[in-house]
Amino acid sequence: MTIRKTLARLALAAAAAVLTLPAQAEESGWAQLNLPRGVTDISRKIYALHMEVFWICVGIGVVVFGVMIWSLVAFRKSKGAVADTTMVHNTMVEIVWTIVPVIILIVMAVPAARTLIEIEDTTRTGLTVRVTGFQWGWQYEYLDDGVMYYSHLDRASDAARELGSPIDPNTVPYYLWNVDHPLVVPNGVKVRLLITGADVIHSWWVKDLGVKKDAIPGFINEAWFKIDDGWTGMLRGNCAELCGRDHGFMPIVVDVRSRADFDTWLKSTAAQERAAAAPAAPAATPATAPAATAPAAATAAASG
Amino acid sequence: MAEHQAHAATHEHHEHKPHGWRRWVFATNHKDIGTMYLVLSGTMFFIGGLAAMGIRAELFSPGLQFFDPQFFNSLTTMHGLIMIFGAIMPAFVGLANWMIPMQVGAPDMALPRLNNFSFWILPFAFTLLMSSFFVPGGAPAGGWTMYPPLILQTGAAFPMLIFSVHLMGMSSILGAINIIVTIMNLRAPGMTLLRMPLFVWSWLITAYLLIAVMPVLAGAVTMLLTDHFFGTTFFTAAGGGDPVMFQHIFWFFGHPEVYIMILPAFGIVSEIIPTFSRKPLFGYESMVYAVASIAFLSFIVWAHHMFTVGMPLAGDLFFMFTTMLIAVPTGVKVFNWTATLWKGSISFETPMLFALAFLFLFTIGGFSGVMCAIVPADFQYQDSYFVVAHFHYVLVTGAAFAIMGAVYYWLPKWTGHMYNEKMGKFHFWMSTIWVNVLFFPQHFLGLAGMPRRIPDYPVQFTDLNMLSSIGGFMFGLSQLIFLWNVISCIRGGEKAPAKPWEGALGLEWTLPSPPPYHSFETPPTAVWEHPYQAD
Repeated sequence: MTIRKTLARLALAAAAAVLTLPAQAEESGWAQLNLPRGVTDISRKIYALHMEVFWICVGIGVVVFGVMIWSLVAFRKSKGAVADTTMVHNTMVEIVWTIVPVIILIVMAVPAARTLIEIEDTTRTGLTVRVTGFQWGWQYEYLDDGVMYYSHLDRASDAARELGSPIDPNTVPYYLWNVDHPLVVPNGVKVRLLITGADVIHSWWVKDLGVKKDAIPGFINEAWFKIDDGWTGMLRGNCAELCGRDHGFMPIVVDVRSRADFDTWLKSTAAQERAAAAPAAPAATPATAPAATAPAAATAAASG
Repeated sequence: MAEHQAHAATHEHHEHKPHGWRRWVFATNHKDIGTMYLVLSGTMFFIGGLAAMGIRAELFSPGLQFFDPQFFNSLTTMHGLIMIFGAIMPAFVGLANWMIPMQVGAPDMALPRLNNFSFWILPFAFTLLMSSFFVPGGAPAGGWTMYPPLILQTGAAFPMLIFSVHLMGMSSILGAINIIVTIMNLRAPGMTLLRMPLFVWSWLITAYLLIAVMPVLAGAVTMLLTDHFFGTTFFTAAGGGDPVMFQHIFWFFGHPEVYIMILPAFGIVSEIIPTFSRKPLFGYESMVYAVASIAFLSFIVWAHHMFTVGMPLAGDLFFMFTTMLIAVPTGVKVFNWTATLWKGSISFETPMLFALAFLFLFTIGGFSGVMCAIVPADFQYQDSYFVVAHFHYVLVTGAAFAIMGAVYYWLPKWTGHMYNEKMGKFHFWMSTIWVNVLFFPQHFLGLAGMPRRIPDYPVQFTDLNMLSSIGGFMFGLSQLIFLWNVISCIRGGEKAPAKPWEGALGLEWTLPSPPPYHSFETPPTAVWEHPYQAD
């Protein structure tokens, strides 16, 4: 990339940051600089908390930095300011600036605790998927339906990401944010994820769902999301816990479909997996059929 | 009194001041050892900085241009280890060595040979650690946090990592013991605890933190070592162990460690701001209590580093509330510094500029810290660039800026020469502007969904990464001005008076610049009515 082109991009980014007002919709440059509101009730609550705390911090900043800047301007020696060396202590003021922050913190803590309690409620779920992170990809198992598959970085990204690859990442659609087999889920259903790790610790993060949970060998963590009724499309995320050489190359893609489309997909995938398993290993059950790879074996150990 | 003087006279007679290489290898003098600590810290700062330049170069644009991802992971891991254990911590110990005896009116540190030992462990520790770049499998690449099971996949570098961490821990513990003994036993008559300078106070508390948590780190890495070589399964689920337990133990060390890296900075800023405001520190006692309560709280907040591991709800809530509480004493400190500026007579020499930048930028790091304490929101921030931005605001514009301010503040005392003020201000403005170009965009990258510790990223993140990298390169280059200024000041310059700063308080300014070999041969005999005021 030429320097001029780089500078132009930087100028554009800066302009986008400065000129676009927060009120202007999600698609604007400004929205890309902030947490997304996301597609679930929880992700919007997290967004609201994030903004609430952010604006409280801005408010405190304006006051504190205001006083600091005022002092630096008003009490300059070069303008003849003389120090008041008797001003060393004031119990009343000190009590006030201890208690006021406590009150502000309580104002922040109450809604945070409320949202957290809601996030931790994993009861009454409609679909359960086991998610296993491995070096380097994800394994998804629909536990009640005998469907299991692996999800890796897509081939186009994989070719472009090689050291010294001639392929320009800008020409690859969804570079490093695309996979061969996304996680398919229905909207309007409370989906429970059982998250574990096969080898080292990974972390399953999709910001539009407001979900980040570590995938730890020997542990099964729970998380859930319920995507807005009627919302369909693709959501993209990443592994968030350093997991070795290709930590940066195991994205997560969630394919959100309507209830009916999802059911059709699930049935046909289950049938396909059964068909594929049958000639190769007649004795095996569908869920463990495509085994013989490290992750599947390790998952069995982890769940045991 | 006469006895003291007689003793001092004989002492001077038998000074045995070694010269040449012996002066450094057999050093027992607090100033020589302090200098060695600071030189080591500066060296590590530039080596760790080189690793950071490599990271920022690879992240300048999408795709892999320079490094294999494994080597990139080694760079991030070594950058963290070198900067924390090699740059920040030895800098504070070096400052403690130089300043604590002079600030409490002592001839030297209480345990000079131990002092020599605790320094000379470090060059070996870092040689061992950095030579791991050349062994099969490369340098450690599992992150400075060394989480198992990943860290157990390290190649031949693994035992080198563990032993170098052991050595660093040993050095820190010995250094901390020396500092506590010095402060407790060698204070000038009349200097009660609540009349000590704040730098001494903050170091006293820091030293206790070091003694409390360094053995915990040593225990954690020893368990890694036996897991790797002797068939134990402390952290391996398949053998009944628990990988999350490592994180709990590590962060029980790690969070106090965060304060080990910031409390002495609080002390430094509490020295510099009153000096250049020409006004005593506002709320001296509440400053001491604030440092003590931050130190106490640091032991009960550790799990806020691991909100996403899946703790029970009660655990998440407990650690959220305790973490938020830290904002209270930290706020008290910021307000006290601000009140010190109020109705002062302020001038803007280089040390003051760094202290003021600390005041603004550390507070920004504090704000993002409060945001990270909010557990539901932290589910989004955790392990993203938002967190990278947060801890670099507290560690670079917090700890490192305070150290730079301290070097400018005491350099005339150490060398007997004034540094170049114009160059110092140039260094300050370059550093402050570029450090913000470097780290501020990383907040937005994190919120937009960029995870930390990745060598390559989706193209949506390109612009801000380029901006951040440019800031990084320029910030790195700016530090060469600092190096040049310090070296020129050591070699010569305008003669510094005993007290080069009009508003400076404290015993160190009663000594000539540079101070004599044994700082106070006779303890200053003063009646203390207030901190910093002997008359």
